Amino acid sequence: MAKLVILGAGIAGHTAALHARRKLGREHEIIVIAPNSKWNWIPSNIWVGVGWMKPEQVTFELAPVYKKQHITFKQARAVSIHPQGDSSHAQPFVSIEYTLPGKAGQTEQVAYDYLINATGPKLNFAATEGLGPEKNSLSVCTYGHAEQTAGILKEHIERMKKGEHLKFVVGTGHGMCTCQGAAFEYIFNLEFELQKAGVRDKATITWLSNEVELGDFGIGGMLLKRGGYITHSRIFAESLFTERGLDWITQAHVTKVEKNRTHYELLNGETGTIEHDFAMLLPPFSGVGLKAFDKEGTDITSDLFAANGFMKVDADYTPKPYDQWKPSDWPKTYQNPLYKNIFAVGIAFAPPHGISKPMKNPNGTPINPTPPRTGMPSGVMGRIVAYSIVDLIKSRNKPLREASMANMGAACIASAGAGLFNGSGVSMTMYPIIPDFDKYPETGRDIKYTTGEIGLAGHWIKHALHYAFIYKAKALPLWMAVPE
Amino acid sequence: MVKRNPYEQNYYPPVPTKLTRWSRVSLLWQSFRFIVLNIKILRMVRKH
Repeated sequence: MAKLVILGAGIAGHTAALHARRKLGREHEIIVIAPNSKWNWIPSNIWVGVGWMKPEQVTFELAPVYKKQHITFKQARAVSIHPQGDSSHAQPFVSIEYTLPGKAGQTEQVAYDYLINATGPKLNFAATEGLGPEKNSLSVCTYGHAEQTAGILKEHIERMKKGEHLKFVVGTGHGMCTCQGAAFEYIFNLEFELQKAGVRDKATITWLSNEVELGDFGIGGMLLKRGGYITHSRIFAESLFTERGLDWITQAHVTKVEKNRTHYELLNGETGTIEHDFAMLLPPFSGVGLKAFDKEGTDITSDLFAANGFMKVDADYTPKPYDQWKPSDWPKTYQNPLYKNIFAVGIAFAPPHGISKPMKNPNGTPINPTPPRTGMPSGVMGRIVAYSIVDLIKSRNKPLREASMANMGAACIASAGAGLFNGSGVSMTMYPIIPDFDKYPETGRDIKYTTGEIGLAGHWIKHALHYAFIYKAKALPLWMAVPE
Repeated sequence: MVKRNPYEQNYYPPVPTKLTRWSRVSLLWQSFRFIVLNIKILRMVRKH
């Protein structure tokens, strides 16, 4: 009998748990440890953030699903990993602290044979002074944040209906943020909702982001075929911003957020401020702060984790300049190089470097997006790692399964307004996620699979995916037929 | 229509024509694109 412990029940961790359970007999135990009682389809949080959906529509309770699937669920946060055990435990284990009401604060050691770290990120609002929903800006990173944002948006719409002109800022709250796509979706949904409410003429909406140019999205942008040209996603994005009457400031590192004013410095070293009545600024991500200890109790956190708190896997972490980055630097199996029974997937694994070119301004401030690894790639990693562990448990003489982002495509459907007949979405596909200019010298990616278009069909797909992925995550009949 | 201000940020990007904007909400055309986009996504998914 083997014991698989999964830290985190987001897209990567939950997918891994369901696939491992499907492939392993009941004699093997699967334990999921997650601090939240609910599963959240995070891509739909932007719709909660404009009031188009309620939190109940993007979440469900995990415990009944895991009970039905014979997966043990511990509502707790992981505190430390002990990959060699300790003086009183021969087996490796994870220390956890319960968040479950009634058991909150209690600790426990959970032994494992195999461990998947899928904790996702810590939302590092503290990286920027005044950033975050407890301070001076809003967020849609969690359903709770999104609900709060929707409430404030509603109040602002009422004020505009009474004749006030208000200023909105949407984007990233630090020079090293990722997930520009979420902010991109939010700004267009916000604009769409203001149109619907008949107050668009009372709003100035500005995009403020750390991207070098619009359309970078942390993946170095995309070259795609449009209207007889191979064109950059920058043109695509600028066109959409212009069409919707949105202003933009890029290459910005937010230094401070005040109640009605945000300060930033630019890549050229200049500084600026922007006044606002409403600011939705995403935070940078870091690891969740897991520690690691050896058998003697010595801190070995830096052996398992990179400086940013994400777990080291089979990537090439040798520091190298941008022009020496290679697709082969990216991990394939997500196995920790020191402890072969530990894997990290989704946002929890440490990327070898960015995808967008690293840049610093004359003050030495880095301003560039960090690499996204959410959504579809997270789900694929979760499944592949679950299969690898199943192979190991069943002593199949097989190499570990591979799912490198350098050899993986992604489909990204960005909502640009929610409505069955008047909505809009930006449908993008790319292959591979990590550009490879040796293999595809003209475009970095396969032009056949790298596409983008805007239209109502994008909204339909995004809406259909919302229901499909929630169906899958609830492990309802034939859930495995829904791809990651 | 988008109001363009010469020499300012919104002066340079391409903007869609009336026909393009119509095609983005045309139920017939978008139903066809829905099928095409799903095929594209499924082709992508099948790679892994």
